[in-house]
Amino acid sequence: MSSRLARLAAVATAAGAFSGLFGVGGGTIIVPLLILWFGYGEREATGTSLAAIGIIAGLAAAAHGLYGNVDPVNALLIGLPAVGGVLAGTALQQRIPERAVAGAFAVLLVASALVLVF
Amino acid sequence: MELSDLVGALAIGFAAGMAGGLVGVGGGVLMVPGLVIFLGESQLGAQATSLLAIVGVAAVGAWRQNGYGNLRLRDAVVIGALSPLGVLVGTVLANALSERVLELSFAAVQTYFAYRLVRRATASAAPPQAAKG
Repeated sequence: MSSRLARLAAVATAAGAFSGLFGVGGGTIIVPLLILWFGYGEREATGTSLAAIGIIAGLAAAAHGLYGNVDPVNALLIGLPAVGGVLAGTALQQRIPERAVAGAFAVLLVASALVLVF
Repeated sequence: MELSDLVGALAIGFAAGMAGGLVGVGGGVLMVPGLVIFLGESQLGAQATSLLAIVGVAAVGAWRQNGYGNLRLRDAVVIGALSPLGVLVGTVLANALSERVLELSFAAVQTYFAYRLVRRATASAAPPQAAKG
């Protein structure tokens, strides 16, 4: 196994563990690791993270679906406006400096850490 | 369903997608409480339902980012495909350690990441003046 593949496996393991333990996607783990460990630009890290999250969430949603935990109507109610939001968010992200993306992400990380502690 | 609940669900969905597009997360942090508060789901049901909604957000977001040249698909597929390993590791950890230890550990890691990201951003923002004297 190449060292790059091993590092990607480590990112996948950390993201999967975080996702499984706390019931959210692994984005708050994937994005900083891609930037700090792989030298990704901020925008590249967020784009690549979204694709990885799509796969992670798809696998997890399928597993939950087998247990009958998924409500498709509610998923549409919250998911359709969310698709509109992500179109707006990605378009806006191309128009702001990468430093601002990093700053927004740092705020999100601190907020997430505070939620975990309190 | 009350109209206010519907409006709340639509608004929190839009906000979650916006966050996803801006910083590359799925938005589950917002969707899960939104599904509990506005659509009356249990915590477990909300987590499961939000995962399905996240698939749509992540697919559309990744498609748009690919158009902007910001997607490295191969790395993303490797991370996504290997993530079930992490779920196993998480399950083992959850049984071996107290939940409080795990929460504090992840909080510490996230705070450290925030510090490093800000350091990196402010370093690259410094004006490229050679010597100030």
